[in-house]
Amino acid sequence: MSLDLKFNYTEKKDTRSGFGDGFLEAGRKNPNVVGLCADLIGSLKMGDFQKEFPDRFFQTGIAEANMIGLAAGMALGGKIPFAGTFANFATGRVYDQIRQSVAYSDKNVKICASHAGLTLGEDGATHQILEDLGMMKMLPHMTVINPCDYNQTKAATIAIAEYEGPVYLRFGRPIWPIFTPANQKFEIGKAWKMIDGKDLTIFATGHLVWEAVVAEAMLREEGIHAEVINIHTIKPLDTEAILESVKKTGCAVSAEEHQLNGGLGDSIAQAFIRYNPAPLEYVGVNDSFGESGTPTQLLEKYGLNAENIVKAAKKALKRK
Amino acid sequence: MKKQSLPELQKICSQLRRDVLRMVHAVQSGHPGAPLGCAEFFVALYFDQLHHNPDFQMNGKGEDLFFLSNGHLSAGWYSVLARSGYFPVAELKTFRKLNSRLQGHPATHEHLPGIRIASGSLGQGLSVAIGTAQAKEIDQDNSLVYVLMGDGELQEGQVWEAAMYAAHFGVDNLIATVDYNGQQIDGPTIKVMDLKNLKAKWEAFGWEVIETKEGNDLASVIAGLEKAKSLTGKGKPILNLLYTEMGYGVDFMVGTHKWHGSPPNDEQLALALGQLEETLGDY
Repeated sequence: MSLDLKFNYTEKKDTRSGFGDGFLEAGRKNPNVVGLCADLIGSLKMGDFQKEFPDRFFQTGIAEANMIGLAAGMALGGKIPFAGTFANFATGRVYDQIRQSVAYSDKNVKICASHAGLTLGEDGATHQILEDLGMMKMLPHMTVINPCDYNQTKAATIAIAEYEGPVYLRFGRPIWPIFTPANQKFEIGKAWKMIDGKDLTIFATGHLVWEAVVAEAMLREEGIHAEVINIHTIKPLDTEAILESVKKTGCAVSAEEHQLNGGLGDSIAQAFIRYNPAPLEYVGVNDSFGESGTPTQLLEKYGLNAENIVKAAKKALKRK
Repeated sequence: MKKQSLPELQKICSQLRRDVLRMVHAVQSGHPGAPLGCAEFFVALYFDQLHHNPDFQMNGKGEDLFFLSNGHLSAGWYSVLARSGYFPVAELKTFRKLNSRLQGHPATHEHLPGIRIASGSLGQGLSVAIGTAQAKEIDQDNSLVYVLMGDGELQEGQVWEAAMYAAHFGVDNLIATVDYNGQQIDGPTIKVMDLKNLKAKWEAFGWEVIETKEGNDLASVIAGLEKAKSLTGKGKPILNLLYTEMGYGVDFMVGTHKWHGSPPNDEQLALALGQLEETLGDY
């Protein structure tokens, strides 16, 4: 029996391709947009931009710390640099460079981080960063964005070029359903209520928004009506939309491809505790590293798929 | 800006040293040694070499720009910025104090004119300077970008990432100076982590290297910077090895790492100031 999904797809693509296509479009719109990449141009899908704008693109070699400094220097000279590498090397490896030269110095640098999370798959835990959102959201001045599919990633990429200030944009490698509209408007910091519901709210980010959409249909078959909210912007968090939803539904589940410590769930819990205490269950990685495997296998093993969101939802409902 | 004579510039060096010592003494914190050693460099740069505008614009379009990568020399930089008109000289008295724009290490957060990037965590300034130099190139802005690093700072790996990059891209509107004083916080660099043959290292990385052997002789410093400038635009980044003495200008501070990060007490300040003429008026 197939599920009655509120959002569906006809095509699948990787979110990194959404970034690559959005980056090219941003470059066409604004001659100040420049690109940097640390020897991962193909992986980041930055090749089309490089081809069209060779004078505005800088291959930095395998030297991420230097890349962040270069980007800060270009930004202060009036450019809008998009610095791309894997999420692991875009955050943990260069935290101090981002902290001092970008965030503290308030430079208009876009840190573009691919291959984030477990869905990187076979490369294993060395590359599957699950702490990046936490590290980035702790930095003052930093905007943190984690879109859910190709279309949303493309729209987010175009939007951050038009926003003045440091941004961390997180995306990934797996071929994933495209279930949000093409040419959508992306509003930084504005949560998107995708599905109305009354019994509980699922706050999801990144690839797990799709899992939340599937979970909603599964819950509905059992007569449970979940609200699904797409939290594409982790910081600034749309606290108002989050609280408004949970006041109506009374309990919630957070779903993210990230450590529970420091992730979206943590940010939501803070908002609940301060303004509107309500039961919250977490779907995320519980204080462990990942491992090699296919994205689907990993999401299942680490408890990050639709079935786990359903389980968490039932737990949250019982606590109401 | 009208160029000043050597004796006039010497006077500014003396005043800069007084400013540095009085600033770190007043808060009993900060780093006097290296800025004393770089007084001639700061003055040569801001009062003789840079085409710059103290009416500060962050993007620095059409201006020569300077970045201080070894941010702990902040007292010296703040003094030369104030003395060149970026902000009131009286503001030097707020150095390292609460609610000041003159942070312990340089920062943009408080919008102090003249500062374009935070520095203090070492090894980052060269990358930033290269990025800005490339932004200038894209904009066909023919002005130059300068950066100062410490010699101990060269122990940071990022410096060599940046060195490789600048040579690869032929960034030739950039003059990087190394304050080659042979001292760092824990002792002489030769003992802490020997830099070995720096000239050969930078040359091997593809840089044009010049040596300014008398880094505390103003005429030599200016001549070195002139030479560096003459070598720009030829496809290679320029490295100026500036041989200085940490603590120069005060007999009991010179040539030792002991004054890297220690302020003088009242008595030591009086002794030191006695060796440095007040030329432009203390703040």
